[in-house]
Amino acid sequence: MPRAQDVLARQIFHFVWEDLMPLSNYLVLGAILFALSVVGIFLNRKNVVILLMAIELNLLAVNMNFVAFSRYLGDAAGQVFVFFILTVAAAEAAIGLAILITVFRNRRTINVDDLDTLKG
Amino acid sequence: MEFTQYVFYFFATVLVFAAFMVITIRNPVKAALFLVLAFFSAAGLWVLLEAEFLAIVLVLVYVGAVMVLFLFVVMMLDINLARLREGFGEYLPMGGLVAVLMVIEMALILSDGFGAGRALVPHPADYSNTRELGRVLYTVYAYPFEIAAGILLAAIVAAITLTMRRRPETKYQNPAQQVRVKRSERVRLVKMKSEKKP
Repeated sequence: MPRAQDVLARQIFHFVWEDLMPLSNYLVLGAILFALSVVGIFLNRKNVVILLMAIELNLLAVNMNFVAFSRYLGDAAGQVFVFFILTVAAAEAAIGLAILITVFRNRRTINVDDLDTLKG
Repeated sequence: MEFTQYVFYFFATVLVFAAFMVITIRNPVKAALFLVLAFFSAAGLWVLLEAEFLAIVLVLVYVGAVMVLFLFVVMMLDINLARLREGFGEYLPMGGLVAVLMVIEMALILSDGFGAGRALVPHPADYSNTRELGRVLYTVYAYPFEIAAGILLAAIVAAITLTMRRRPETKYQNPAQQVRVKRSERVRLVKMKSEKKP
């Protein structure tokens, strides 16, 4: 028979810490982030640096969904996928910035409108 | 409202605000700094979801490496901001329409009480997120893990190859030529008569 104050302490602990937040909160947050990054891609069509940052935001939104689902389904595989997405995103950022530097070195601009040599 | 909900709404508000500033602010350096803020808030939310390892990795790898790389590149390039800002709001109606449609679609799916009955199972006190993640990563996902390492190696090689430049005025050695050299190319024996003593 547990003591009364132990039961009370546990109840208070659960009242404060027990997570009753629905999964949909995280999913809505992910959707808002995704939408914001898509707007960013539309808005900053000329600035390649901000475009790369918008892609990073995009991946962050996807990762948020992965982590939330992983926690609520009790499956660690979702977090492993976030791990892989982080890897690919880091590689993508490094190569993208390297291409950006090369373009700037050759053309002295990173304006997308100026990079139309392939148009002929 | 419980404490965790306050924490969630605080971090979510900061995250959405930072993301909004990233896409609208004029200066790319400030945009990168706001992206750092966004990653920090996301890391806080992941701690709330008990994904501690990924939260730390997000701060270490993203804020510590990728965003510093971004800042480095942005500060190194001499960007003409005025030209980049031309026609900034030109595509705003189109982009806004797409964004609002996406949020509405997501809300439609979620408004039916999606995942509401899914109770959050609390982890036991000795639960270690890092150990659990490592156990899955090194057993079930061992081959994808190797491929991830290969991708990182390819990224290193590609980034160095792209940005390395040869200047014509730089003097450097060619080891292959040095190894291939023969004695006859270096030493020349000259036969000549000995001179008379004065």
